Amino acid sequence: MKTIFERVCSQPAGGVFPVSDVPTYETEVSLARTASLRIPNLSEPTVARHYTYLSKLNHGVDDGFYPLGSCTMKYNPKLNEDVVRLPGLTAIHPETPREDAQGALEILYELSGLLKGIAGMEAVSLQPVAGAHGELTGMFLLKRYFELRGETSRRRILLPDSAHGTNPASAAVAGFSVTEVASDETGMVDLDALDAALDDTVAGIMLTVPNTLGIFEERILEVTEKVHAAGGLCYFDGANLNSFLGRARPGDMGADIFHFNLHKTLSTPHGGGGPGAGPIAVSAPLVDYLPVPWIVRDGKSFRLDWDRPESIGSVHSFYGNFLVAARAYAYILQLGDEGLRAVSENAVLNANYLQEHLKTAFELPYDRLCKHEFVLSGAKLPNGVTTLDVAKRLIDYGVHPPTIYFPLIVKDALMIEPTETEGLETLDRFVDVMRTIAEEAASDPSLLLEAPHNAPVRRLDQTRAARQPELTYPLDAEDCS
Amino acid sequence: MLEAIGLSSLDDLFRDIPEAVRSRFEPLGIPGRSEQEVAGEFAALASANAASTKASLLGGGVYDHYSPSIIGHMLSRTEFYTAYTPYQPEISQGTLSVMFEFQTLIAELTGMEIANASMYDGATSLAEAMLMASRIRRNTKIAVSKSLLPAYRRVLDTYAWAADLELCEVPFDTAGRLDLSGMPEDPAVLIVQSPNAFGVIESLAGVKDQLGDTLLIVSTYPMSLGLIEPPGALGADIVTGEGQSLGLPMGFGGPLLGLFATKKAYLRQMPGRVAGRTVDSEGATGYAMAAQTREQHIRRERATSNICTNSALCALAATVYLATVGADGLRHVARLNHDKAHYLAEKLCELDGYDLAFDAPFFNEFVVRVPGDPEGLRQMLDQAGFLVGGSEDLASLGVPNALRFAVTESRTREELDRVVRLLGGVR
Repeated sequence: MKTIFERVCSQPAGGVFPVSDVPTYETEVSLARTASLRIPNLSEPTVARHYTYLSKLNHGVDDGFYPLGSCTMKYNPKLNEDVVRLPGLTAIHPETPREDAQGALEILYELSGLLKGIAGMEAVSLQPVAGAHGELTGMFLLKRYFELRGETSRRRILLPDSAHGTNPASAAVAGFSVTEVASDETGMVDLDALDAALDDTVAGIMLTVPNTLGIFEERILEVTEKVHAAGGLCYFDGANLNSFLGRARPGDMGADIFHFNLHKTLSTPHGGGGPGAGPIAVSAPLVDYLPVPWIVRDGKSFRLDWDRPESIGSVHSFYGNFLVAARAYAYILQLGDEGLRAVSENAVLNANYLQEHLKTAFELPYDRLCKHEFVLSGAKLPNGVTTLDVAKRLIDYGVHPPTIYFPLIVKDALMIEPTETEGLETLDRFVDVMRTIAEEAASDPSLLLEAPHNAPVRRLDQTRAARQPELTYPLDAEDCS
Repeated sequence: MLEAIGLSSLDDLFRDIPEAVRSRFEPLGIPGRSEQEVAGEFAALASANAASTKASLLGGGVYDHYSPSIIGHMLSRTEFYTAYTPYQPEISQGTLSVMFEFQTLIAELTGMEIANASMYDGATSLAEAMLMASRIRRNTKIAVSKSLLPAYRRVLDTYAWAADLELCEVPFDTAGRLDLSGMPEDPAVLIVQSPNAFGVIESLAGVKDQLGDTLLIVSTYPMSLGLIEPPGALGADIVTGEGQSLGLPMGFGGPLLGLFATKKAYLRQMPGRVAGRTVDSEGATGYAMAAQTREQHIRRERATSNICTNSALCALAATVYLATVGADGLRHVARLNHDKAHYLAEKLCELDGYDLAFDAPFFNEFVVRVPGDPEGLRQMLDQAGFLVGGSEDLASLGVPNALRFAVTESRTREELDRVVRLLGGVR
């Protein structure tokens, strides 16, 4: 596998940029670059073939099933990719005067309104650009809320042990300490443990709804009431919105802050790890603290509003990931209410179908109605076979492995989320593959232990990558020319 | 399928959501639409953005650069854009190889030893660098140059407030450059932007020597590094920046590309994902995520940052951009930016009442004091098809009656001459 630095330098005359049409102006000598600039000069076909080759080493949603739990790897309409390539959307500078960017401001304004409706809450900010960024912004809002109320001793955030992985770090970056709250045997928040943890040092709770076991918190109203009664606020991690879209709203469950992952639920492909967007919706007491600028409407025109004196300030250079927001807007417009409702119906139906068909071949620690995902355990696999081996063997069958070893409350977890866009043919094949793998684990474990066999590389040494990190290509001493 | 799971209706799938919650549900009240109708709606929205038909001289962190065609084509490979974070390296070698190449390119460009695989944008990247420096030094006092872009300063203010850090402003001198005589005593770090909010290239040589144990963070504009000395060669401990100039559209300010580079010694304190080179079970070279014990999914509340999703696809764009233009192309395009901006500055200064606000070297962006109301001039240029701005930012930094001009390779001499004629006619 060659890197671009090992390709032969071969750039012909011409190139991307024209010759200059202005005189040359000297750069002050003391400021000029003297450091090396070892970037190869390659021909366009060399570059095209290199990255096309690399792309073929990947598995994306368009290549096949991708049941990566908690990530909602659904198929997204291609239209949404086309609309965000319209020059009228891409070629606008963020500091464009408002009269020249009315279409862009309209998209942001209208999408905010739709997200507000989906959440059933008071106001929305589109500024956070990832789920974890939405969490962080939410924690900033909590901090401001208690600061202005003079309750600065509220420094603790409660986190159920079934919450999302980013939650503890988001709370910590905002200066809160974290107290874990145990789940009971049904996989839901243990109300006694919650009572015991609640006092006047608690700022709030971060709930993942449904939780990372794919279980809906049936006593959600009791949980949020208890937190509110203790003077705290309720943060809802919305990564799992796909499971109740068009059926229920976090605002009706007692949420004070709710973040969307537009790249999970509302149609932006994951891009190999981003960019996404993490807009937040808030309840009435938090509205004034939302980041600036706001997008507001005056009659028929739209503008930015910076005059929000109690705001936490800004969390992004500009207005968040506009082109991600535009995809979400296109997606919601196309689906309408019926389409949104069908998302959660099919997502939950598909997950329950897989859960039912896989629970005999694999251990299912929480055997109950699930939402959009469920968690199997690989703890009791025979012959020394582990969850990791199952994951690697799935690669041989052309399936992207589920999320593994998360959530932590299930030993050797396999977290499976089929999404609504998969049909019965894919689901049945996955069931067959998983059952075959379970049989292989018993009859011929080396097939799993040495997997993958058909991937671009064999099993990689991740310990070495962790212990002796080699993070850059060792460039030759000489510039490439 | 319902039968297979022992349920009789789709509603049964949601019986675990309390009835009190379900009964309060209200739909949005919008019908579904066909693909064709939505395409039409977006064509109308796009045409309502007159900006896309005008020539942009706007700057302040995002610029109207030319993006080679090949980038769009590579970004449209579904294997790249429909994949996620490479948690399973054996079927993610494409994404991981790109991360590795990107890290190498950014480290080389900035003159640093290592770089991560991207952050959200230039502003949050700088905020994370500030938090990292405070952790390394165990010191909450932060010195920040006053000539930082206000958009970045707002984000720093928010993060600093949340982390209980104290921001101390370091003034600029009459040339628009950092005035080190205004440094506070023993801060954890000095944060500088170069080129800064005025487009001025800071003279960083020797600054690090004066700082003692204080760390130096430089927020930079990567395209300028085709021409000017990178912060890494001038002693920076952390270099951040906005990568939009490397092949990304302006996109009304997002998605952008946060750059983050530092020294090897600080790897364990660095936020964000990194890919590393390793071997497979047969000894062949491959790539995997590395140094993950810093990250939120392992270290939880003790992680170096909460960042998870980053700007991977934007990093792919920057990687393809640099691979396509090469060192020669980068030097050339940086030169075009520099020379065109200097051409416009020279011509504007020949007009009565127009003068550079700062007598210091700049890259492709500069501040001009204008006769009369900058807003009136801005509107006049807008009517004629040219977008300029910056006057509010500049006024907030104590530079009133001024406009900021950013000139990229996208602008032609003919356009620049026209701007000069338009402004020359208004007297």
